[in-house]
Amino acid sequence: MPLLFCFPVSVCCKREPEVLGNCIWNIAMSHLDIILQQLANGVILGSFYALVALGYTMVYGIIKLLNFAHGDLYMVGGFVGFVILSAVSGLLGEGWAAITCSMVLSMLAVGLLGVIIQRVAYQPMLNAPRLSILITALAVSMILSNGVMAVTDGEYLAFTTDLGYDGLDFGNVFISYTQLMLVVSAAVLMIVLTLFVHKTLYGKAMRAIAIDQDACRLMGINVNRIIALTFFIGSSLAAAAGVMAGVYYGSLHFSMGFVIGLKAFTAAVIGGIGSIPGAMLGGLTLGILEAFGTQLPFVGSEWKDVFSFGLLILLLIVKPTGMLGKTEIERM
Amino acid sequence: MSTEPILELKQVETFYGRIHALRGISIRVQRGEIVTLLGANGAGKSTVLRTISGLNRAAQGSIIYRGRDITGRKPHEIVEMGLIHVPEGRRIFKGMTIRENLELGSFTLKDDGERQKRMDHVFEIFPVLHERQHRDSALLSGGEQQMLAMGRALMTRPKLLLLDEPSMGLAPFLVKEIMRIIVRLNKEGVTILLVEQNARVALQLASHGYVLETGSVVIEGDAAALRKDESIVKAYLGD
Repeated sequence: MPLLFCFPVSVCCKREPEVLGNCIWNIAMSHLDIILQQLANGVILGSFYALVALGYTMVYGIIKLLNFAHGDLYMVGGFVGFVILSAVSGLLGEGWAAITCSMVLSMLAVGLLGVIIQRVAYQPMLNAPRLSILITALAVSMILSNGVMAVTDGEYLAFTTDLGYDGLDFGNVFISYTQLMLVVSAAVLMIVLTLFVHKTLYGKAMRAIAIDQDACRLMGINVNRIIALTFFIGSSLAAAAGVMAGVYYGSLHFSMGFVIGLKAFTAAVIGGIGSIPGAMLGGLTLGILEAFGTQLPFVGSEWKDVFSFGLLILLLIVKPTGMLGKTEIERM
Repeated sequence: MSTEPILELKQVETFYGRIHALRGISIRVQRGEIVTLLGANGAGKSTVLRTISGLNRAAQGSIIYRGRDITGRKPHEIVEMGLIHVPEGRRIFKGMTIRENLELGSFTLKDDGERQKRMDHVFEIFPVLHERQHRDSALLSGGEQQMLAMGRALMTRPKLLLLDEPSMGLAPFLVKEIMRIIVRLNKEGVTILLVEQNARVALQLASHGYVLETGSVVIEGDAAALRKDESIVKAYLGD
């Protein structure tokens, strides 16, 4: 049911400002259940975007590479999770224990895959012109997606779990326990990442490399090792999101990395590319905008991307560095 | 003065792409000394330091540090040997706090107690860093940034410190302060190779000086002698 809040607003526009405010408030209250439900949906979608956007932004931060293969690592993560889940389901069933196990193992496997890709494909290109490494990333993306297509015959795979359909019911707003668990898992991963980056020496070195690589070398930091670590973390977060998406949507397809890659990239840019909290904020913002975009009046939910991307373009016009992007301060 | 130098460059040649930046540089630094490299902009002073610390690769010649050939070694390996380069323009990690900058200076260290001990030592030398340790380093003034860059280098407990233009852009009283600290570090046992534009100041601290011109050493000698020779001061060192 489309949310019609724009229509009555135009009716009250001619009245006094405070009446207009009351008017908007009344309309919002009368649609509160829809707003809350879409907010919940948006947070779930947004936490997938955020997890994938983190890898984009971290890799861009340290080697200024837009890693177009990153969305495909999310997809591979989903499939690896599927394989592991099938393997352990005899032992652990298909509940949260098995899902957690497959998520952790998928994160490790895809993290390693990310490191291998960096070593084999990107490392030799680091001193080449920017465009070369960008094209390399496109090639890696095609290899990954076509590779999975070949293995799966381009079919959808059913990601079957045994999680039930229970949830929190607030009248017209329903949030399933599965949704809740997914959001909590994503939040835990983001909190751990934030603690790692701010509290540990390796995390601080990751941030420092994004600021000045040569200065890091002069501190005795093995820059290549930190770059590998960054790829590991970024790729494993994408894999976690891939497994979560499998659980959430119940199916996997080799093309699923492409769209989320674009969206996570967008989320990273609107958050301020290179900024870790920015990627989280950008992901959530994009997810929530999209959820509300499905409720646009007069047009169908297929316009949601037009709505969310339109707003994002506006945001970038107002603040080109993104929400948390930094402007350089130079002092002598 | 012992005969075994802590650092010796033998006929080092370095290229930047096709530009022949160093054309056979030979330099000796004795243990416990302050040695200064002087010369106009573009003479190759910074490139000498960058080649020693491994940021640039020597195409020819060799670099001997404490009896070991370090030519072609990676920068992080050279740091672990106690040879630290404080680069031109300070290159502190802006956006990170002063404390984080110092912690990164001791990246190779595993022992947190030792890290804190070294940090206390740095805070004792630079009290201003102690007061502001939790502030963003981007908010420091130029002089304070130079102090942070030097403090960060001290976190590695250097045996040989390469300082690239520590006085650049600083007010005269800060230049004095920085120079006083260089002398103090030297007295504490750190050997120093100092690149400076401010030749008069540098020659007052140093015991030995080299003058570079377009990638070659054109004059070398006792700092006192270089200081006295007015023609050298005028021709190469400005006034």
